[in-house]
Amino acid sequence: MDDHATWLAAQKRLAWKRRALPLIGAGTLLFIWWALIAFFDVKPFIAPAPQVVLVTLWQKKDMLFANLVPTMVEALAGFTIGNLVAVGIATLFVHRKSIEMAFFPIVVLINSIPIVAKAPILVLLLGNGMAPKIAIAAVICFFPTLVNMVRGLEAVSPQALELMHVLSAGKWEIFRRLRLPTSIPYLFSALKIAASTAVVGAIVGEWIGSQEGIGALIIQATYNFDSALLYATVICGSCFSVLFFLVIRLLERLCVRWVPR
Amino acid sequence: MAPAIDISGVSVRFMSERAAVTALEDVSFTVDQAGFLTLLGPSGCGKSTLLRVVADIITPSSGQVRVLGGTADAARRQREIGFVFQDATLLPWRNVIDNVRLPLQIGGNPRKGARSPEELLKLVGLAGWERAFPHELSGGMRQRVSIARALLGDPKILLMDEPFGALDEITRDRLNDELLQIWRETGTTILFVTHAIHEAAYLGQRVMVLAARPGRVREIVPVDLPEPRQLAMRDTAEFGALAGRLRTVLENC
Ligand SMILES: Nc1ncnc2c1ncn2[C@@H]1O[C@H](COP(=O)(O)OP(=O)(O)O)[C@@H](O)[C@H]1O
Ligand SMILES: [Mg+2]
Repeated sequence: MDDHATWLAAQKRLAWKRRALPLIGAGTLLFIWWALIAFFDVKPFIAPAPQVVLVTLWQKKDMLFANLVPTMVEALAGFTIGNLVAVGIATLFVHRKSIEMAFFPIVVLINSIPIVAKAPILVLLLGNGMAPKIAIAAVICFFPTLVNMVRGLEAVSPQALELMHVLSAGKWEIFRRLRLPTSIPYLFSALKIAASTAVVGAIVGEWIGSQEGIGALIIQATYNFDSALLYATVICGSCFSVLFFLVIRLLERLCVRWVPR
Repeated sequence: MAPAIDISGVSVRFMSERAAVTALEDVSFTVDQAGFLTLLGPSGCGKSTLLRVVADIITPSSGQVRVLGGTADAARRQREIGFVFQDATLLPWRNVIDNVRLPLQIGGNPRKGARSPEELLKLVGLAGWERAFPHELSGGMRQRVSIARALLGDPKILLMDEPFGALDEITRDRLNDELLQIWRETGTTILFVTHAIHEAAYLGQRVMVLAARPGRVREIVPVDLPEPRQLAMRDTAEFGALAGRLRTVLENC
């Protein structure tokens, strides 16, 4: 038998395994979940059986979607605002070192305050509409992007800077032709984090006095001991979060073709 | 005719926390227009620093630098200086032709009659590779791209800092020959840094040997090999004698 054909067959089997095993893993966990609920006769107000969650997802799909929309809007708006401001401030920091020295330590300090502690402050400041949720999502995106973007803009090699100097490039040319492209991979690793955390930020914002949204629904379902609705809501939020992440990763693959993976 | 590069009494000191380092001390030399001078010396003797002084990247602590009869700053602003670094320093997000075009995009208006990026790629033997990205090229090919970029706009002076130092010997020999051919075709003045004795002797019309700590000119050795140079010359007795002499000068640094 020909070596190469054997090798190809082995590669094919491996590819199938890669696809099939995660599904088998997920199926196993679902089965264990179902078996535990059935075996210990767990009451529905403590934890639902997986098939009940599925039924709830289907029956309440309109209501779930109506609550997902505001969360999506808040997360996307917060994501956009937080990252744009972060990129702008990173640019300022890189060009005005004394401003960076003055404010960067404070940025790090504020960043270390947990989001659940920052959220009530923003709610008090911004009232009860969508604004505080967007602000919380923005704040949560802002810090990782700022830190990564500053690092990315400064990650240019000294020789590349000398090259620009020999070409008599001005600050703007150096920024546009060298610093900005260098920072793009750094920006995307921050954006991938921000995609998930923006959703977390919006949900946490909705926990504090809100009538609609995934966060509000989570609180209501918990108070009503409606575990099936709670799980269905969490699944909706997670699906959106994963989808958001995948979109950013797709964008990254389209934009950053030069970094070997 | 004024020399292309005229350095007199140049010293460079770097300050650091521990001490002040004298990288160059009282260095003087000239390179004629269309001349080829190689700089040879152990690492740390200030070769890169000297090139950076000529390119106006570093301002010397004392001494005078004249490039093409004017200041180094003026020569740089008029795009008369091309610089080739040890690693090619290509922008990884740009393909080959866009890397060569970079100097045009940075405030340079194309000089009349100057070679186009496409012609330069042909000159360095990379016709057909315009759309390739740097990570798809070998080290030798990347360095060719960076030479083409340095030659864009037909600068009168080409500064090369150990450009072939990271390449294997076979590639290096080939690029040495190609560089000599480019030099003859373009009439560019070349200042070429190396720490390889054979390369210094084979390429240069003269070899300037530098001594270390502090960096200073040890000796300027004329090379009396017939033009145009051919690789086979490196097996001749004259070449052997020249290489031997350079080695002696280096050892007494
Ligand atoms: N920017 C710098 N700051 C401080 N010291 C430097 C700097 N650049 C070079 N030096 C020092 O100057 C000396 C000469 O360096 P360099 O010109 O790079 O030598 P070479 O290229 O011959 O190896 C070395 O001792 C080096 O440590
Ligand atoms: Mg050096």
